[in-house]
Amino acid sequence: MDFGFRIAPSSTINLDKVDRTRFERLHEIEPDVYKCMACGSCSSTCPAGRFSGMSVRKVILALQRGKEKEAVRMLKGCMLCGKCSMVCPRGINTRHLILSICRIYNEEEQ
Amino acid sequence: MRERFLTGYNDFVLPFMIGMAFILTWCIVGMIRIIASLPKEDRRRFFLSLINPKILIKDIKDIFCDCLLHVKLWKRNKLLGYMHSSIAFGWFMIIVIGHIEVFFYAPHRAKLLYFPIFFRYFMAEDDSTMGGAFFFFLMDFFLLVILSGIALAIIKRIHSKFFGLRRTTNPSFMDLIGLYSLWAIFPLRLLAEGFTADISGGSFLTKSLNSVFHTFLGNHMNMLPTWWAYSLALGVFFCVLPFTRYMHIPTEILLIPLRNAGVRIRHPRKGYAEAEVYACPSCGVCIDACPMGVMKTHIKDTTVYLNRQLRRHNEDRIEEISDKCLLCGKCTAVCPVGVEGDRLRIAQRSLRQYNITPDYSMIDTGSLARECSFSGPDKGKVLYFAGCMTALTPQIRKAVESVLAKAGVRYEMMDKDGGICCGRPMLMAGRFGPAGEMIRKNTEIIRQSGAGTLLLSCPICYRIFKEQYSLDGIEIIHHTEFFDRLVKSGTIHLGHTSERYVYHDPCELGRGCGIYDEPRAVIAAAGELVEAEKHHKESICCGGSLGSLTLGFDKRQAMTVNALNNLTKSSPDSIVTACPLCLSTFHRYADRPVEDIAEIVDRNMN
Repeated sequence: MDFGFRIAPSSTINLDKVDRTRFERLHEIEPDVYKCMACGSCSSTCPAGRFSGMSVRKVILALQRGKEKEAVRMLKGCMLCGKCSMVCPRGINTRHLILSICRIYNEEEQ
Repeated sequence: MRERFLTGYNDFVLPFMIGMAFILTWCIVGMIRIIASLPKEDRRRFFLSLINPKILIKDIKDIFCDCLLHVKLWKRNKLLGYMHSSIAFGWFMIIVIGHIEVFFYAPHRAKLLYFPIFFRYFMAEDDSTMGGAFFFFLMDFFLLVILSGIALAIIKRIHSKFFGLRRTTNPSFMDLIGLYSLWAIFPLRLLAEGFTADISGGSFLTKSLNSVFHTFLGNHMNMLPTWWAYSLALGVFFCVLPFTRYMHIPTEILLIPLRNAGVRIRHPRKGYAEAEVYACPSCGVCIDACPMGVMKTHIKDTTVYLNRQLRRHNEDRIEEISDKCLLCGKCTAVCPVGVEGDRLRIAQRSLRQYNITPDYSMIDTGSLARECSFSGPDKGKVLYFAGCMTALTPQIRKAVESVLAKAGVRYEMMDKDGGICCGRPMLMAGRFGPAGEMIRKNTEIIRQSGAGTLLLSCPICYRIFKEQYSLDGIEIIHHTEFFDRLVKSGTIHLGHTSERYVYHDPCELGRGCGIYDEPRAVIAAAGELVEAEKHHKESICCGGSLGSLTLGFDKRQAMTVNALNNLTKSSPDSIVTACPLCLSTFHRYADRPVEDIAEIVDRNMN
């Protein structure tokens, strides 16, 4: 049907210098990573946070911003206890997300 | 009896002999392969067990009870038990009696493998050997037993509900060939022996059949084709056996001695695990048992299908099935041959490579131990480790602490401000390295604290503390056991109310650690205890398990609702559990109060 007008193609200019290829790969496996609204419930319950500053919220934000080194440092403290997945109001399966990150990202390259 | 043929041979034995040679070679090669791929110490343990008379007697008893009589299936369902034991035991007896007959009447043929099988074709009855009638009767009797079993097997294919199986496995193509050839063997044997009975002799079954045949098929030319058909059916069955589920018959005979020797799964694909995979009879008992089964989409993720995919090396599906499982262990508990679905999956998960390895070296156990260490006269007292999950259900921790205080037990909290995870969730994800590191850290803390008893309120922690930690000299106790002890010793007294409680067995506490009676005793002291429809080792997982890696919480509602329906069958006033995870999971969908056993004790004690 011709309305005489169309939706214009996106004209966003991405000036971000961050390499997001790995994050896109993560997003493919874990679509839920975009569901996070950074509420911090996971951070407040995390038992590893006390020892290593681990916080799933920060890990997701850091990965989105390309701060992979920081994310990996935090992830090394994770004990995979699963409390974060239980309190997540968005229902993100954080344990699987963490395991996926551990497979996609590499600690040696940092 | 006398021999009918000088050579003692006919071409029709060939299909049987080919099949027999094939399956024997296959089984011997397979057995050597499995034993060779065991780790060295396991192999040594296995060989030592074969010369230990105590274990040897147990091996023979288990093989007799499980492989021939199918005692476990009898307990599950009488009809299912009869069907299996009639075929297995009947066949076994026919082989044994066949050999006895050869031994008595044609001992010079005893070295021919086929002779006992086709005995009636090669031998003829004469006046001097009427004593053989006893064996004839036994042979006919066991043939009838087997035929009744086959008839039941055919009914089971059409209507499995009669046998207590709501759902059953979809047989693969090869399974069907094996199935039909197995069904064909014994009716064909009956026909062949029926045609031959006037020469070879027979009993109530074969002799009467022979008289019937004589009225319209009275020609000995009919004999040979039926013997050919019988031999062919045997040959086909033996040749397809390794590629069908019937491979469980020979494999189970190897699995039982391995298990009794104390061999466990070390590698997900080799050795003991392989023996378990091939010992799976595809009976489908685990399909009805699986808590995920409430949703039809998950039926193909049960242990029987995991075993099938493992045999086919279908890597994608193996990974998917292993990751989805809740590890509640019910399939292991109900499996008639003892396939450990949960351990197979954990072993499978351990194969995965990760690029980021956790490192807990920065955790200072010394300062953590100081927070909870006992000093002076308190040495050797109770150390309470609440665990991560109890931190999410503070009512449990509060109740436990209140009971301890009221009972006058001197205790210290090990994780007041959060501690190190017990390692079980990491272990269930198959990452043994980091789990071991957490175990070491926690062990250091407990040792340094000087505790004599470690009290746990979470069954997930309890199981790993019992199985993986080496805390000699320190008693590891779950709060249900601890309260039971307090009640029994009279330290605390529970006021009895008329409230009806139903107890939910948490997977890790019940099936995992075998604790069923202590929590029930405590609840019975506080009120009226009623049982759920399925309880003890048949209890249904709440659906909240940390075992599953891929199952999101949105997909678990149906399981929780199903578990709740099971619990509320006898309309209790409230549901009692002993696991923080079950508590919080049930809480979401329950229509009546859900409480931890600690809360009941705290409320009712005076």
